[in-house]
Amino acid sequence: MNISRKEIIPGIWLSCLRTDKFKSNCLSVSLLTQLNKETISKNALITRVLSRGTTMHPDMESLAAALDELYGAKIIPNVRKKGEILCLGFYSGFIDDRFTPDKSQLLESVAALIGEMLLSPVTRGGLLNKDYVESEKEKLIDDIRAQINDKRGYSMHRLIQEMCVYEDYAIDDMGSEDGASNVGYIELTHYYKELLSKSPIEIFYCGSADPKRVEAALAEALMALPRGEIDYEIGTDIRMNPVEDEPRFFTEQLAVAQGKLVMGFRLGEAMEEPDFAALRVLNCIFGGGVTSKLFMNVREKLSLCYYASSAIDRLKGVMIVSSGIEFDKVDVVREEILKNLDDVKDGNFTEDELASAKSSVVSDLVSLLDSPSALEEFYLSQTLMGLEYGPEELADLCRQVTSGDVIKAAKTIELDAVYFLRGNGEEENSDADF
Amino acid sequence: MQIFDYPSIGESIHTATLANGLTISVIPKPGYTSSFALFATNYGGADRNFKLDGELISTPAGVAHFLEHKMFDMPEGDNALSVLAANGSQPNAFTSSAMTAYYFESTNSFYENLEILLKFVSTAYFTPESVQKEQGIIAQEIRMIEDNPDYVVYDELLRSLYAYNPMRDTVAGTVESIAQITDKTLYDCHKVFYSPSNMTLCVVGDVDPLRVETIAKEMITSGKTEKPERDYGEAEGVLPVRTRFSRCMEVSAPQFIIGAKEIPEKDGAAQLRQKMIGGLALHAMFSQSSPFYTRLYAQGLLSTDFSADMDYAAGTLSIMLGGESRDPEKVFQQVCLETEKVKNEGFDPYLWARAKKSAYGSKIRSLSSFAGLCISMAESNFAGYNPLDSFEVLDAVTAQQAQDFIAKALAPERLAMSVINPSGREDVGEDA
Repeated sequence: MNISRKEIIPGIWLSCLRTDKFKSNCLSVSLLTQLNKETISKNALITRVLSRGTTMHPDMESLAAALDELYGAKIIPNVRKKGEILCLGFYSGFIDDRFTPDKSQLLESVAALIGEMLLSPVTRGGLLNKDYVESEKEKLIDDIRAQINDKRGYSMHRLIQEMCVYEDYAIDDMGSEDGASNVGYIELTHYYKELLSKSPIEIFYCGSADPKRVEAALAEALMALPRGEIDYEIGTDIRMNPVEDEPRFFTEQLAVAQGKLVMGFRLGEAMEEPDFAALRVLNCIFGGGVTSKLFMNVREKLSLCYYASSAIDRLKGVMIVSSGIEFDKVDVVREEILKNLDDVKDGNFTEDELASAKSSVVSDLVSLLDSPSALEEFYLSQTLMGLEYGPEELADLCRQVTSGDVIKAAKTIELDAVYFLRGNGEEENSDADF
Repeated sequence: MQIFDYPSIGESIHTATLANGLTISVIPKPGYTSSFALFATNYGGADRNFKLDGELISTPAGVAHFLEHKMFDMPEGDNALSVLAANGSQPNAFTSSAMTAYYFESTNSFYENLEILLKFVSTAYFTPESVQKEQGIIAQEIRMIEDNPDYVVYDELLRSLYAYNPMRDTVAGTVESIAQITDKTLYDCHKVFYSPSNMTLCVVGDVDPLRVETIAKEMITSGKTEKPERDYGEAEGVLPVRTRFSRCMEVSAPQFIIGAKEIPEKDGAAQLRQKMIGGLALHAMFSQSSPFYTRLYAQGLLSTDFSADMDYAAGTLSIMLGGESRDPEKVFQQVCLETEKVKNEGFDPYLWARAKKSAYGSKIRSLSSFAGLCISMAESNFAGYNPLDSFEVLDAVTAQQAQDFIAKALAPERLAMSVINPSGREDVGEDA
């Protein structure tokens, strides 16, 4: 697989991964902008509104019909938070030309439809359709409220809100209910035009087409894009240390049967010149999978929880540990998690643990090569971090990680905040007998 | 091995049945980095009552799932999950109403990992202590499920549809039911259901099918046994037990599933046809590109998580339409109206052609998911058809067949609905 990268229009970069390995292709277009309180609700709304209809396909029904005709191609609006950069746009999956029974070519039509959705929304008097904006505001508010339905995700989200209260990282990619309800369609139209003119744009294609053909299809699809001065001043602010000297604790009560304990850590000085390979291996030894210390000790040996796992956001330099537990086990589990982290810091892990972790992260990385959507996600993050290597190169770096590298990366990790979701009094029933 | 080629979709499938009854299916995927293997038994949460040595045995809810957890313990003291993971693969397992499956995905040492998989799933090793310890872990998992509205709304829909079939009980069981499980229960169930003739091995990846077959022959040495005899209780009628269920939980908006049951075809080829007819009918009527969905979305009645599915399990066929809505009753009325319309007027020819095109595209896309492919290979091996035949069968489905299916299976009197309301809303309880 060969990746090529080219600036096809000022500020618009096309990455092409040419391969005939896949039966389905992917094409994504992402506008890059800074995550902040002032613009988040407009950013969260815009691609949703654009998906409601275009001048040529004025409602969802006609857009859906056009997609069905392209053998059920999907064009999904998305908003992704990567560190403190927001990536807004569309992701499309469609079958490779070799498998269309009538031998039709889909790439040009899909690119054109994405271009249409991005550049030619339904308007009246030059303004976005008010009904669509109002309807998508309601949906967005419903989705924000729905976060509480998934208690694991909700509690992780709450931890980040509290832990990063002084940083834009605390802002959710959907924004807040208040923020969404205050967006007006006129304001949104102006913002949308500004976004089109100044955002850097990343395009990713994976499939069998020649990059020249992809470039031509996109140049055609984006011809009408109004470009002004491009805003390259976007990035993520990495905070090295915890906010206060001692970890902060937050608890919340809801009618739930299982408690959720979430702990947030800062990676500290390891982020000055981050060794991403060592961080991956470290996370895997500590809490990233079934060979990890958290899984083996907290779950398997002590039966303290159903899940306990860690994840690192390498763009922001934070590590989050989350766990589902009995309410009255919170103190033991917390201590146990910290103890396991100390063990990693002190080098108390075996050669086997290191080897398993390395083999597991290497396997994760090379298996990205089998999935167009995983490759898209990976390369977008790499681009945002200014890294040029692919999954295989990163896998090679992981193979070379030593226990010294892991200890060095772990040493500077510090606990910043702890969040605990507990039940209402009457729901508490500990099964201490088991 | 027998080889079936499907040039138009660029796939082939290699199949074999060993002397001991184990079925094997391999779909080679040259050029891919990872390979996926799934070893499954035709045994799930609904298989609670069965015959062992002529005697009828009843087991508590949750045994199949409990057994899944305990299978990873190996007699040498190792945990198979860790052994496989340390060998560079990502292993896991799941239990549904109808199936327990163990699988791994690996980017190297595939054949070695395959040997480990086949060995640990065939080896029963349980102790009273390890069973007791697992009760703590699974109790936590059950608590987690009890807090998950998606599971609760689904389980309650099944309780609304089925009167006797153990589909009524949750796959994981309850904290009380799993407390009754002993090491003996696990040994009995393993003996009955983990015999080769009740199992299948499915592999997708850049592998040599013959080598897969050879390894299976070497590792699975137990002989042929009778297929287990199960008892799902009295035959189910087509009407639901209760038409409505609702309950309050900590959710932001009502979550609903509208469901119905249909008599499943028993014969493999007939079941595949029924599956494609029903699937295409539901796709044309209720997919996210259907006029029904786009209309209700624009009216604010449906959100992007709406979906329609069919599920064959334990001698049942359930049809389910579910998602989130501020007014599930209105969605229910609209489903009835849509069904009535299809029953009386049939499918619009343009819409039908469109739906067929997009269903084909999404089936092609599904060939990229190794996990999804392996699961459908296992389902088809248990049901007795070839999964890749589905393209041809789908192509042959007519609008008339789809109309007939909908008119019958989604007749208004057959529909039930389960709803989870946000706490604080009036809880209307059950209606008979």
